[in-house]
Amino acid sequence: MKIHAYPYNDFVIPFLIGTVLLFAIIIFKYVKWIRRFSDEQRKVIRSNWYSWKIFPAIWEMIREGLIHVRIIKKNLLLGIMHQAFALGWFLLIVVGAIESRDAFFTMQHEQSIEYVRELQQQNGWHVYNTGEDKNPEYLNQRRYRVETEGGIARIEYKRPFYVGIFYRYFVHKAPASFRQHKAYSDLMDALLLYVFLGLTMAMVKIFWSKILGMRRTTKHTLVDRFAKFSLWMIFPMRLLAESVTACLYGNGGFFTQAVGNLFDPMIVRGLETSVWMLYSLMLGVFFVTMPFTRYMHIFTELLLIYFRKIGVTEGDKKTGYTYFELNACSRCGVCISGCPMDKVLENHEIQSVYLIRSLRNQERVSRLKMIADNCLMCDRCTVDCPVGIDLSSLRRMTRDKGKLDTTGNYEYLAKKQTPFNAIGRVAYFGGCMSHLTPGITESMEKIFNAAGQKYWYMDKLRTICCGRPLQQQGFLKQAEELRQKNTEMIEKSGSTMLVTSCPICYQSFKKEYNLNIPIMHHTEYIDMLIKQGRLKVRHDDRKVSYHDPCELGRGCGIYDEPREVLGAVTNLQKTRFQREKSVCCGFNLGNTKLSLEEQTAIRNASLQNLTSKPVDAIVTACPMCKKAFQHATNDYPVRDIAEVVAENLIN
Amino acid sequence: MIDFGFALKQTRQENLDKVSLEKYHKLLELEPSFKRCFQCGNCSATCSARQFTDFSIRRVHTSFRRGEYDGLAQELRKCMLCGKCTLVCPRGVNLRSLIINMRQILDETEK
Repeated sequence: MKIHAYPYNDFVIPFLIGTVLLFAIIIFKYVKWIRRFSDEQRKVIRSNWYSWKIFPAIWEMIREGLIHVRIIKKNLLLGIMHQAFALGWFLLIVVGAIESRDAFFTMQHEQSIEYVRELQQQNGWHVYNTGEDKNPEYLNQRRYRVETEGGIARIEYKRPFYVGIFYRYFVHKAPASFRQHKAYSDLMDALLLYVFLGLTMAMVKIFWSKILGMRRTTKHTLVDRFAKFSLWMIFPMRLLAESVTACLYGNGGFFTQAVGNLFDPMIVRGLETSVWMLYSLMLGVFFVTMPFTRYMHIFTELLLIYFRKIGVTEGDKKTGYTYFELNACSRCGVCISGCPMDKVLENHEIQSVYLIRSLRNQERVSRLKMIADNCLMCDRCTVDCPVGIDLSSLRRMTRDKGKLDTTGNYEYLAKKQTPFNAIGRVAYFGGCMSHLTPGITESMEKIFNAAGQKYWYMDKLRTICCGRPLQQQGFLKQAEELRQKNTEMIEKSGSTMLVTSCPICYQSFKKEYNLNIPIMHHTEYIDMLIKQGRLKVRHDDRKVSYHDPCELGRGCGIYDEPREVLGAVTNLQKTRFQREKSVCCGFNLGNTKLSLEEQTAIRNASLQNLTSKPVDAIVTACPMCKKAFQHATNDYPVRDIAEVVAENLIN
Repeated sequence: MIDFGFALKQTRQENLDKVSLEKYHKLLELEPSFKRCFQCGNCSATCSARQFTDFSIRRVHTSFRRGEYDGLAQELRKCMLCGKCTLVCPRGVNLRSLIINMRQILDETEK
């Protein structure tokens, strides 16, 4: 004969409904999105989903999903707040599950009939007999009495998955030989306190976000606020429920017991199941709202990291991956603090977090367009995003011009395109903007000559645009046409390498073209020449500050080469916002909505950073940035790296 | 080849009562900086597309201002949106935005 012992109380129902709905909705959504993956993305997933790439993916899931390393590095307090919620709650669930598993294992081992009786009477467990001589009459009843035949009965403890969540209620008194009981309850209390630490910080953040290193927090919608409230209430409710039980039965840890001792057992006795019901209700409400609010990020983030790590990338059109990206955003607002549009222009509506929300909630088209168009595309938010969402691609996608984007517009280019035989030479592409800063192109020619490198200045007379400005504004077909023209020209020439002076073109050639020759920005190229000893330069005694152009730094990750070149020819000063944090010069081609006055305001902020320490010159590596700063100041000479090197050449 | 000979040009008389400036005013709403334009032609002088073909952005926006919209949509497609015009404009007119808006307005009213 067997005795089955099953912990159950009606208060678990809200929790169960919430869980079932949550997973049903999430799985439904995920299947829908996965079906929308493009063929290319499917191919990548199919060939990589079970490869070694899984390990770095899992590592990043732990690092970013739980520990939040990226936010901690940026700002310790903010990181700890996020970590407390994610890691704290995760551990509460995991440790709770392990604790209940251990306890049940001990119970099973003890086989104590008195203990079962106690569970049945005090904790309301369902205990019933089964076996060969099972009585059908018993089985139809809700509650059964424990009956043993002369004390020989095997007790089977059932452990439904919710036991870990409501453990303190279902096990008032730990089984006699479960010695770790006290340690477990203290550990669980410590974890709860850890979550409370995060909760407190989150509340402080609402009123005083600066203390957590955020200039400004996200403005949330009503639904999001409601979900946040239900999330926040889960933990106080858990504390209340556990301490009421601790008050009555003395099974709490150091924290819940201390709180529980404040209550009067006579008063709280009748309230026990009610407070547990409240706790369960909060969990249920949160779970149901989760798939429809920003908290959808909890699971989506992990999947996004997995897909990204195995090599799925964003395309030009909306795909299933886009949905994962949109839903992986937790609206943490980290993207807001760095945004120059927010910082300088006090525009609090267009940041990436709002773009994503607007896309996800399918807000009005006019509003969406307003948000999508008004952005510098400086990628400042992309480097900050803790989940690594490809924010610029999302924005570009939203800018799609539809039927304005026509084909066959650039037939006229072919007429004056003269083929050039440049076999064995380096092709030099100045770019449109470099034609407005002849100093850069002249210096580059000087450098080529000094290094004894034969080159072909392919757009000396007339430039075909690289196509990126069109691409950024959503004219994809038109951009493709320009790319074809340039590709044709470069491939026909037979040149061995492409050097470009403009970071905009550089990023385009690097990411949007399929050229089969090496592509270098002139900072990389000069760095290579100096290291190879082909370029002799002297070191002068000027002090300069370097401005990282958006497209070169954040866009292509070229931070070190320019610094090494500058280190070789002059004295480079550090600035407050440099490398990933550099402030856009305000004239980025990504934005068409900003007026000159607004651009100027951003530029001045950027300039202020560069001149915060006394310097003799401002150096940059982009004709656009150079032009922008040149207009701004007469106090400092503005130079391109190529010009600084050309000035310091030893003939 | 450029023909330097003399020819009779068609008269271009405008009936100012009939010219509709509706589109121009809409453009000004979308891109107010266009009001500042004094038609110096710097934009055309620096234009990348102009180095290849007979395309003058100054002529296009001047026609737009006058309410002569024929053929402008086709002409505007030649623009590569590289942004040199915006950078050299002495009056701070946001030409890239102007061009996109002109295309949008012309496209909307084409139907």
